[in-house]
Amino acid sequence: MENSLRLKRGLDLCIEGEATPETLRSVPTTLAAVVPDDFPGFTPKLEVKEGDKVEAGSPLLRDKNREEIKLCSPIAGTVTAVVRGERRKIERVVVTADNSGASKSFSAGTESPEDIRSAMMASGLWAEMRQRPFDIVPKADVCPRDIFVTAFDSAPLAPRLDLDAGNRQEWIDAGVKALAKLTDGNIYICTREECAFKVPAQAVHYTVSGPHPAGNPGIQAANIAPVNKGETIWTLDIVTVMRLGGLLLTGKRDFNTTIAVAGPLVDKPCYERTLQGAAIAPLLDGLLEDTGRHRRIISGNVLTGVKVGTDGFLRFPYRQITVIAEGDDVDEFMGWASVSPYKMSVSRSFPLRIFKKRFAPDARLLGGRRAMIMSGEYDKVLPMDIMPEYLLKAIGSKDIEMMEKLGIYEIAPEDLALCEYVDPSKTEIQKSVRQGLDWLRKELE
Amino acid sequence: MLRKYLDRIKPNFEEGGKLHAFHSVFDGIETFLYTPRTTSSSGVHIHDSLDSKRIMIIVVLALLPCLLFGMYNTGYQNFLGSGSPTFPFWPIMAYGFLAIIPKIAVTYLVGLGIEFIVAQIRKEEIQEGFLVTGILVPLICPIETPLWMIAVATAFSVIFVKEVFGGTGYNVFNVALVTRAFLFFAYPASMSGDRAFISASPICGIGGTVNFADGISGATPLGQVATHSGGALQIHNVVGDTVTNWDAFLGLIPGSFGETSTLCILLGAALLLATGIASWRIMLSVFAGGLLAGYVVNLFATPTYPASYLAPWQQLIYGGFAFAAVFMATDPVTAARTGAGKYIYGLLVGIIAIIIRVYNNGYPEGAMLAVLLMNAFAPLIDYCVVQANINRRVNRLKAKAE
Repeated sequence: MENSLRLKRGLDLCIEGEATPETLRSVPTTLAAVVPDDFPGFTPKLEVKEGDKVEAGSPLLRDKNREEIKLCSPIAGTVTAVVRGERRKIERVVVTADNSGASKSFSAGTESPEDIRSAMMASGLWAEMRQRPFDIVPKADVCPRDIFVTAFDSAPLAPRLDLDAGNRQEWIDAGVKALAKLTDGNIYICTREECAFKVPAQAVHYTVSGPHPAGNPGIQAANIAPVNKGETIWTLDIVTVMRLGGLLLTGKRDFNTTIAVAGPLVDKPCYERTLQGAAIAPLLDGLLEDTGRHRRIISGNVLTGVKVGTDGFLRFPYRQITVIAEGDDVDEFMGWASVSPYKMSVSRSFPLRIFKKRFAPDARLLGGRRAMIMSGEYDKVLPMDIMPEYLLKAIGSKDIEMMEKLGIYEIAPEDLALCEYVDPSKTEIQKSVRQGLDWLRKELE
Repeated sequence: MLRKYLDRIKPNFEEGGKLHAFHSVFDGIETFLYTPRTTSSSGVHIHDSLDSKRIMIIVVLALLPCLLFGMYNTGYQNFLGSGSPTFPFWPIMAYGFLAIIPKIAVTYLVGLGIEFIVAQIRKEEIQEGFLVTGILVPLICPIETPLWMIAVATAFSVIFVKEVFGGTGYNVFNVALVTRAFLFFAYPASMSGDRAFISASPICGIGGTVNFADGISGATPLGQVATHSGGALQIHNVVGDTVTNWDAFLGLIPGSFGETSTLCILLGAALLLATGIASWRIMLSVFAGGLLAGYVVNLFATPTYPASYLAPWQQLIYGGFAFAAVFMATDPVTAARTGAGKYIYGLLVGIIAIIIRVYNNGYPEGAMLAVLLMNAFAPLIDYCVVQANINRRVNRLKAKAE
């Protein structure tokens, strides 16, 4: 069954330094880390201590509230550091490879829903899914109404997600078959028109057209079958489905990932084959332009990614490193009056921007934080039946009833990232949505 | 060079510096001159180049044609009224310039002064909202309004209409319009009648003295219409010549400083719409509402209400209607914020403006009161639109349960 979904609202940001799949190169991983902050709703407890030997797939952390849910080491080696932050909060667990290539075996060929669930939890794949409401790692004992799988990433400079999937059709079939046992509802798979794999007949196939955020599973769900109060859906991407299939067929957890290194300050943008959680430094080796400007290295895309240094690691769920200029080293005289064609904006008050195809923005706010002044700007980039201004006000005033009525259960911070980009008042929208979701979850528990 | 100078004096304004009491003023000037180096610390890593400074400056730019024409018209009316046989361009402009400059200066001084003090007390950045308000106020007041009245009214509205609500972005009513309304209700004698709208004395030796005793009336066209009784309606200028529709469209008529010229207002509207700064939904629906109401009152024209004899399109070129539609109703903070709400809001502004104008002879112009009234109702309109969104969500859940 094939359906199509046309999304009109949204925005494709055209940024310099896009990578193409033909440039693929392999980068071996010697150092990797798991960062529990990337898994909202997961309260980390250590399973290992510094000096322990681990295999690829061995658990490093477990969830305090549900011990079966683990986060696993992507490589075989030694735990070299457990980095803690304020109040001894675990920031990351670092593993150094020993080149043994040892990989933990899980039982292959599981059939029953309970066994599939426990295999997913033990292998760390469970934590790679998200549930709505609250945009967190799914609660262990909830049966989702539907499962939404996105097969493309529409964020700026994002890589294609379906390239590996094309060679792993049987893994995808197995993954979808397994997921189908975990829900009474449908599995929706959303792809672009052009897609490197075949969508199994068990799933409902939607081809989605339209600008970013069309690739966000939450946006797709909102336009196909929105989440109502009291319902739970799971969202994941096609790569995770493929890994699930691989786990069930081979008994091994696949940590391979293909990422894009892109952005205006990357000399030779390219695709790279590496492992989840790999250290950033080797991945950027020889790719950066040395312009003398301050750089911002982002693990992820420019809208939702995480700022990391060259000593950082690939963060979940991103398959992308973007390098832009920091911008704190330039003086721009009366920048607000500029009519330069190099200024990136959606506003028609920058008429010369139409002569430029791609832009090289930096990380400056380009203005001061203000109260919400302009109206209707957010709606233009949010293809959901949500009134973002009013929802954000409800979040700001911690009005639970209003948040529920205005649809907070349907959104995740990433869905409103473009609203934050276009906002002339420069408010921190994603931060406030995340705080609102976390606060609401605590209140309701 | 300038950057180096700013960097050198900056320590004086920081915590503990001897000029710390002026740090928000310094900050305001510094961010005006140079884009701040602050970079994103959470959420998105890049931001759109549009900011509130640019938005406000574009509105000020859009007001420039009205301001310049207001200068010309003020001079022109004085020359005309004082019986000057010739109308040289530059002296006329100079006269208008000298007439308006003190008013702009006083408005900015009072308004920005209060803004600076409040920003300092709240330890916030200075907000740009007053850049627009400060130019709007002189444009919508009669030219003969005394400076002290402008100062009092500006101080009143900036403090009680904006700052007590939390500053730019939180005000319920349009600050410039409240200034005008305050003047209108507090000092009605100086704000209406047939003398307020003509600058009557020479300034720095330019212009002449307009002697109202010689049967000269400087009443605005709408003022003449409102007091009209019997006979065919004929609008006259200061020296008794007939005012044509073309004069009214160009703006060579007595009226508040910057709002007489529909042509210049349309130029401003074009800039606001081309840059997408003002909402076309509101602008369009205000004009539609005005035409609709103008058509209906014209259908039921009666001598009791002489303004009902004006053709619908004439309603749009006289008085402050066009100015209110383009610059007042579209203020995003005080207008309706939802898409559907904007149509309703605009339509009602247009309709109510004409109704007040026609059916209340006490107020020859209704645009100001219509916008203020709808400012008060905008949250209610938005509430209904938001409620519709909420109901869709509730119904979805209900449909599922059945």
